[in-house]
Amino acid sequence: MIVHAIFFYFFSIIAILSAIMVVASRNTVHAVFFLILDFISIACLFIMVGAEFLGMMMLIVYVGAVAVLFLFVVMIMNVSEQKLSWFRGSKKSNHIPVGLIISFVILLELIVVIGGWKYKNSFLDAQSLTFDKEFTNTHLIGNVMYTEYIHLFQISGIILLLSMIGAIVLTYRKREGVKKQSYFTQISREREDSVKLMDVNFKEGVKIDD
Amino acid sequence: MIEIGLGHYLVLGAVIFSLGIIGIFLNRKNVIVILMSIELILLAVNINLVSFSIFLQDIVGQIFTMLILTVAAAEAAIGLAIIVVYYRNKGSIRVEEINQMKG
Repeated sequence: MIVHAIFFYFFSIIAILSAIMVVASRNTVHAVFFLILDFISIACLFIMVGAEFLGMMMLIVYVGAVAVLFLFVVMIMNVSEQKLSWFRGSKKSNHIPVGLIISFVILLELIVVIGGWKYKNSFLDAQSLTFDKEFTNTHLIGNVMYTEYIHLFQISGIILLLSMIGAIVLTYRKREGVKKQSYFTQISREREDSVKLMDVNFKEGVKIDD
Repeated sequence: MIEIGLGHYLVLGAVIFSLGIIGIFLNRKNVIVILMSIELILLAVNINLVSFSIFLQDIVGQIFTMLILTVAAAEAAIGLAIIVVYYRNKGSIRVEEINQMKG
């Protein structure tokens, strides 16, 4: 029981503090860093409480995709008063210490999760919190998701497709002065459009009309 | 205090939810932080669903958490695309300068 309390307070305090820092930090890059820390803390909490598949899924989707997307957009837009100081290592860049601190905390959390894995069953058994022992969490989710909730599953796939198409359509633009190959104009080109046979008179040459 | 029950997880979810709401209302800098606050709110919803699913022993809560995860990813992608387009047109994404709609 005490183990459960220790794990819960550890991860939840880190999660709440990093959520406060997401809201309060002045630098947007730092806010994204703390968002990553928040996601990882909650994912560790999920893993320890028995929803392993969702914890791993949150790591993959939130940390691996969403937060990196945020980081890309923040760094593209230069909204965080970073003026090329990232790579030069001048004193103005304070991303690197914050990043190191946060990655250290993440490493600490992963160590706690892996080290506390053997206590996991003890605090799940205590309140009869377990599902059927024979199946893993992933197995249970798959049993329900691909049978009863197959329509919701497919609709969520359609939502992802829609968001992908929407993002591409929104951000696509035709650039001026960029040479691109167009297969359609290449293939649909006819001989009559490009080659003309002429009778050339002596000492007059050809006048090219353009 | 030592006995961790469903209530503790619900309080955690409520705290993170409130922090997300505060982040939306107090933010005066840029829209990206507002999007991150929305992600925090969805995270709090996920915490609630997962804790109910674990403590009531019903796997369906985790299914819906996965669906919320999908929607959150889609929403982040679309929102960031909109922000990129806006920044390309206006050159700034400061919240107080976004007043085109006179809202």
